[in-house]
Amino acid sequence: MLRLPPVTASFPRTVEEALAQKVEHGLGAAFVAGGTDLYPNMKRRVQTPAHVIDIRRIPELHRLEPLPDGTLVIGACVTLTELIRSESVRQGWPVIAEAASVISTPLLQNMGTVGGNLLLDTRCNYYDQGYEWRKAINFCMKKDGDICWVAPSSPRCWAVQSSDLVPVMIALDASIQFEGPGGARTVRARELYLNDGIDYLAKQPDELLISVEVPRLGGARADYQKLRRRGSFDFPVLGVAVWVRTNGGDMVSDARIVIGAVGSAPVVSDEAAACLVGQELSDETIAEAARIAARPAKPLDNTDFTIGWRKDMVPVYVRRALESLRQD
Amino acid sequence: MSQPIALSRTHKVPGRFVVNGEVHEIVFASHKTLLEVLREDLGLRGTKHGCELGECGACAVLVESVPVLSCLALAQAHQDQEITTIEGMAEGPALHPLQASFVEVGAAQCGYCTPGVLLTAQALLEEDSAPTREDIKEALAGNLCRCTGYIKIYEAIELAAARMRGEHAAPSKESLYGSQ
Repeated sequence: MLRLPPVTASFPRTVEEALAQKVEHGLGAAFVAGGTDLYPNMKRRVQTPAHVIDIRRIPELHRLEPLPDGTLVIGACVTLTELIRSESVRQGWPVIAEAASVISTPLLQNMGTVGGNLLLDTRCNYYDQGYEWRKAINFCMKKDGDICWVAPSSPRCWAVQSSDLVPVMIALDASIQFEGPGGARTVRARELYLNDGIDYLAKQPDELLISVEVPRLGGARADYQKLRRRGSFDFPVLGVAVWVRTNGGDMVSDARIVIGAVGSAPVVSDEAAACLVGQELSDETIAEAARIAARPAKPLDNTDFTIGWRKDMVPVYVRRALESLRQD
Repeated sequence: MSQPIALSRTHKVPGRFVVNGEVHEIVFASHKTLLEVLREDLGLRGTKHGCELGECGACAVLVESVPVLSCLALAQAHQDQEITTIEGMAEGPALHPLQASFVEVGAAQCGYCTPGVLLTAQALLEEDSAPTREDIKEALAGNLCRCTGYIKIYEAIELAAARMRGEHAAPSKESLYGSQ
């Protein structure tokens, strides 16, 4: 039976209390909300906090509302189900509801939260395994070992960024609010993720994710396309988020293309997005952008499906996403 | 699979659980999941241990009418919340219409996924009395069944939904006797 290791828990009711408890327990404590990422990791002994600070009783973290200026505020503890069902999200930011609805399963969406999905641990076939399995290969550098089994001569870890909301939030140019002992700070989503499987977040361990602020779409359009083996359960093997603003007609005035699950950090393709600007979304323009966007995507052999095919699918999914944004 | 747990280090906490309308005041190990408390401390073994990682749905229970995975819920977090397990589905000797239709259609084979499936379906029918086949498939997308191939599960839920709406519904002949 797969049990949690011995752990104690606390249930703060304010952000200040949560931060104080984190200071008190130090690196041995982890913040937790839905638990759908942390608890499986604890059962596999890849994360081993001695204390968990469950932040779901903090009312402030459950905000889900548009501000007067049209910005959407999503609190860290808003569940994926709440996000999918929110009328303001469906109306104003349908791409967020669509991306959230293809995360795992309805049961996990009832538990998993926006904050947890944005900070999701990177994943790898050699890491997301039970303790005995990992021990049998003498562990990997992300936990308990010193080698990367995906690229044994590599000095770094290649675990994969596997959140569906991350590429979408970057494409929408969302910003993320943290609070820590040193005060509050805001980070643009595109600056939060680092290209290293172990050190994958530009965030201090004692900082608590409070909320995400998403600018209003206005006239812009956005889409998310996900590749996975099954229609539910699976993490993305590839996730493509696109955002395009047109200047009244069909001419693109601004664009963003973000590719998830092809590296330890999402790949933001400014070059591909730039080639759309000043153009209409014609077959030729889309094909060119898809070709450029796929170039830096270098999937490794540590998720489902074969590497070559996953690489081949990148331009296909970029094309599908961009085609979906054409005006009818 | 996992490292053995040093029981001497197990920290116990007092807790109050409201399961199927009954209040239980117990002392339990602080690291236990809701699944473990239900089965081991409260003796409610209808809820099943499956993958224990959120990948199968066998352990689904209702917390405040919402289906969640009890294997990924820290028991302490759900004190004083209204929890429904499969043991709380029937009204005394009267089966819930979903349970009755599962029996009638043969929607349970080995039965291991059935508690989770029934509770997930109950939550769906409380929100939507007339779900389409697609709605049912979507709602059950987190409950794996390795026996039935799902068809009879969908049929049983549609049958129960029709009866709960007051319709006189019967399982199709094909569903009971096959297509020949």
